Amino acid sequence: MLITCPYCGPRDVIEFTYQGDGNRERPQPASQNLDAWNAYVYDRLNPAGDHNEIWQHSGGCRAHLRVVRNTLTHEIRSTTFARGGHKAEGRS
Amino acid sequence: MAEYSAFSLLKNALTGNKDWKPAWRKPDPKASYDVIVIGGGGHGLSTAYYLAKEHGITNVAVLEKGWLGSGNVGRNTTAVRSNYLLPQNTRFYEHSMKLWENLSHDLNYNVMFSQRGCLNLAHTPGQLDDYARRGNAMRHLGVDADLMSVDQIKRLVPALDISGSARFPILGGLMQRRAGSARHDAVAWGYARGADRRGVDIIENCEVTGFLRDGGRITGVSTTRGEIRAKKVALAVAGSTGRVMQLAGISHMPIESHVLQAFVSESLKPIIDTILTFGMGHFYISQSDKGGLVYGGDLDGYNSYAQRGSLPIVDEVMSEMLALFPGLARVRMLRSWGGLCDMTMDGSPIITTGPLPGMYLNCGWCYGGFKATPASGWCFAHTIAKDEPHEFNAPFTLDRFYRGLVIDDKGQGATPRLH
Repeated sequence: MLITCPYCGPRDVIEFTYQGDGNRERPQPASQNLDAWNAYVYDRLNPAGDHNEIWQHSGGCRAHLRVVRNTLTHEIRSTTFARGGHKAEGRS
Repeated sequence: MAEYSAFSLLKNALTGNKDWKPAWRKPDPKASYDVIVIGGGGHGLSTAYYLAKEHGITNVAVLEKGWLGSGNVGRNTTAVRSNYLLPQNTRFYEHSMKLWENLSHDLNYNVMFSQRGCLNLAHTPGQLDDYARRGNAMRHLGVDADLMSVDQIKRLVPALDISGSARFPILGGLMQRRAGSARHDAVAWGYARGADRRGVDIIENCEVTGFLRDGGRITGVSTTRGEIRAKKVALAVAGSTGRVMQLAGISHMPIESHVLQAFVSESLKPIIDTILTFGMGHFYISQSDKGGLVYGGDLDGYNSYAQRGSLPIVDEVMSEMLALFPGLARVRMLRSWGGLCDMTMDGSPIITTGPLPGMYLNCGWCYGGFKATPASGWCFAHTIAKDEPHEFNAPFTLDRFYRGLVIDDKGQGATPRLH
């Protein structure tokens, strides 16, 4: 499986660290809403199909990436920076 | 129904093996049942078997979307052990071990359970201390455990590289001698025949496409073979738990589906007569009765429903095998495959009533479901029949994650790929 890092271009999956479901919303650090914290820590969408997930290019530029990948075919639909959600210019 | 004995084998051998009967019927689904079990794998079949045998509930259907035993019950590496640290897990898996020890007799079906032991290798003094602690925890609950020295390990598995110059020198290991392996297909077939003989309908090629409801209560399922009603609907669908729960309107679960690969080599003469695990990575190996080395390692590490793996893990698993057995460098790999693992947030399973009225849930087996097959079905049948858990599965609730009662044997936290 190749992931196309917006900085580094297409790289083998072994350069990346999987950080899981990208749909989760982290509550504000001061939040005392237990249900929201529980949902953030434990609940997963786990779809069979397109999955919005976070990867880090830990063996490369170390950027955190938001990847949409199909869990049935492992096909990658898009790769963007996790923060800001803007698509990188340049290589793809 | 097919009965197996020395006499029947001889009789059928003399008559050309033409008179064997099918081991289970192929019934059409009835309009309604007392209990529907979704999932015709090891856990679903054993649930149906124990519902009939222990609780007298025989008006039961097992619905399987493919053919019987096409999922994880035929995709695992067949290890059976109960060498856990935490008492909730140890009690449950030790109950399973006791059922395994009598399973062939109970089913009148040879599941080839072979108690050849399971040895966890230690490569650092700290790891050896940790194994001593786990061994003591096991013995405290009546489970057998022995700490082995390097000399004992050398006698047991001469092919291991036990030299001090190995990449990760072996310092000792924790052995559970009653652990072993079984023939996984026979487990599925034996439970299927035992359930069928007691009146359970096993319905293959019948995929659940939705749930029938009466108010908030689940009252049956719609399937590719029509609607089927039931007083109780039980899920035992392992890696597909997320998909099936979404049909019931539950979008989020404390579960991720991952793929785990397994491998078989060409047949060799006997070289490993135990189950070995490598302590400096994630690798386990045993040798089948046919002589093939059966081995595997870590998850691929990302959500997947593909039932196939990727090459980096193949490379990693082979490297780990050669770190232990340099002499196997030229052995050829015969086959590899992948199975879906329903990884929970604490690495322990879920066997519970609910979460909807009329529904019962059995899932979260991570990659340890095969050894649990008898106890999983036994406890799930109890839970379905009595509408409350048995003490063995009482800790394995769905809401434990939200109540601070996680059962995290490895202490990895809510990162499923690490369990």
